[in-house]
Amino acid sequence: MSDHDYRPKSKVGQWFNDRLPLLTLANHLTDYPTPKNLNYWWTFGGILTFCLITQIITGLTLAMHYIAHADMAFESVEHIMRDVNYGWLIRYIHANGASMFFLAVYIHIFRSLFYGSYKAPREIIWIIGIIIYLLMMAAAFMGYVLPWGQMSFWGATVITNLFSAIPLVGEGIVTWLWGGYSVDNPTLTRFFTLHYLIPFLILGLVVLHIWALHVPGNNNPVGIDIKKPSKDTVPFHPYIVIKDGFALLMFMIVFAFFVFYAPNILGHADNYIEANPMVTPAHIVPEWYLLPFYAILRSVPDKLLGVVAMLSAILILAVLPWLDTSKIRSAVFRPLYRQFYWILVADVLILGYVGAMPAEGLYLLIARVATAYYFLHFLVILPVLGFKEKTLPMPLSITEPVLGGSPNLAAARNKESKIE
Amino acid sequence: MKNLFKLFSIIIIITSSNSYTFAAEKVEYLKTDWSFKGVFGKFDRASLQRGYQVYTEVCASCHSMKYLSYRNLAEQGGPEFSEAQAKAIAASFEVTDGPNSDGEMFTRPGKLSDKFVMPYDNVKAAQAANGGAYPPDMSVLVKARGGGVDYIYSLLQGYEEAPSGISLDDGVYYNKYMYGNKIRMAAPLSEGLVEYGDGTNATVEQMSKDVTTFLMWSAEPHLEARHQMGFKAIVYLIILTILVYFSMKKIWSRIESEV
Repeated sequence: MSDHDYRPKSKVGQWFNDRLPLLTLANHLTDYPTPKNLNYWWTFGGILTFCLITQIITGLTLAMHYIAHADMAFESVEHIMRDVNYGWLIRYIHANGASMFFLAVYIHIFRSLFYGSYKAPREIIWIIGIIIYLLMMAAAFMGYVLPWGQMSFWGATVITNLFSAIPLVGEGIVTWLWGGYSVDNPTLTRFFTLHYLIPFLILGLVVLHIWALHVPGNNNPVGIDIKKPSKDTVPFHPYIVIKDGFALLMFMIVFAFFVFYAPNILGHADNYIEANPMVTPAHIVPEWYLLPFYAILRSVPDKLLGVVAMLSAILILAVLPWLDTSKIRSAVFRPLYRQFYWILVADVLILGYVGAMPAEGLYLLIARVATAYYFLHFLVILPVLGFKEKTLPMPLSITEPVLGGSPNLAAARNKESKIE
Repeated sequence: MKNLFKLFSIIIIITSSNSYTFAAEKVEYLKTDWSFKGVFGKFDRASLQRGYQVYTEVCASCHSMKYLSYRNLAEQGGPEFSEAQAKAIAASFEVTDGPNSDGEMFTRPGKLSDKFVMPYDNVKAAQAANGGAYPPDMSVLVKARGGGVDYIYSLLQGYEEAPSGISLDDGVYYNKYMYGNKIRMAAPLSEGLVEYGDGTNATVEQMSKDVTTFLMWSAEPHLEARHQMGFKAIVYLIILTILVYFSMKKIWSRIESEV
């Protein structure tokens, strides 16, 4: 890589850089050659970084006022909402920030699925991403427990109880997790500790995620390997910086709408009732971003197998680079995969919908079919498709489709023919 | 840009489908014009003051409001009683304080810094006095119910004779907006139950609206500040977005590519 030859202009800069090459790093990040045809789906990496930083800053501020005690947590949240200066703002940013974070991460993941960004040589980026996603779910779940409302308490009870499905040692593990014989103060304090820790683990993994990205460079909508730097690339600064900034601002408008005008719409009303171990809510539902997996969990009649199915649904993503046998990355040149991709999107949305509904009757049936299809997509359709599908001819460089209109059009104009 | 529109339409679809609404629970709530809804929504000051009167004369005999302090009554964005009025309100309550230097608890008139005095010492006492049912704390009540203000407003006016075929136990009442239609609270409001100082006619509908407005404020005391700041923040973001958009166009015009 050429940026390793970088030498700072000033003497002081050279002196410092010889000892700790931070300026080389800064230069690399500035000049980093980025495909010039990235569309707006590629701006969510930057948006996610913003989400993480926002959650950490607001979270630190909340932690200064929050009291992790079963008898005081709910009251301390009300204290934040009423008496802390702009406490309501900080809490609503943090609470809605979690939803925004997941909204962005789902778009980010599905972008990767569409354009085949998980394929060689980017498998490690993808796997780190899946670990980040798992940690996000853990952090979000534990964060939802902290206000100690009814949904906090009963959500914690339901989710921790899943571990009791483990044969022989399950019950023991649950008691160990709780720090007692039910969800109570010890559970709350350890959840708070972990909720505080996990974002920093995520931050570390994000650094690795970006580092791993900067080795092969970005994938792009055409999905072909490009020479870097070349006329197919632009330096990260100012081109991508300003574009990411523009997309981030659009995202922030949506974010601000929720914070200021609908701060509780994504939460559950029951969480404004203080936790009461004697009263079970009519319906225990997790936050919206966990609903698809909740639906998978409930669609299996056996508890242990349900937990296994739920975990597999996430972990199957980690081996996706090897399940997808197609050599072509971008769905733009894969007419069949493109259709199955949208069916998968619909399938996950359906799972999310039935996850919010009572697990009975028609809802349960739909959940089962959708769960079966989810696994079918990854375990059967993707591996087979790589061998059977007739892909469209690919351009040799991205300059060609960029100059000749959008890659979609360019691809469509050509007749279908098998590549290679 | 086309992709952005796609993206935003997806966001709108996701957020507009309230996944927590269960078909079985859908009831048409009574509607009224809430002054605090909308981008510039503010509380109706007079309604808040009347609502406080309804709360304190009717609800407060059973329902606590433990997260509010008397000082809140004089704060900006609330009922905005004058400080003297709020002090007088606080002083009209007996507050248990102590222990004093003799180790004794004592009572004194309330101060602005005191929390609202609770009708019962604890949950058990409240249940014992109400046939086993606990009258919920009202501080965040409208946020703790699915239908929010519309639900509370409707519930207060939803008392009816039980339809034939539904038998009610002693101390249980029929309410068409209550989940399961059975409620342990007797109809709390009746025509002319309170006498409004400003001469407003105290109909059940009027009292329901006033006290629900008051409950909305108690659950969201900074609602007005939130709406005002939200408007400024979003206008600022939109202007900045437009400026950045044109900067981006300018910068990208240096190369042969679209953005």
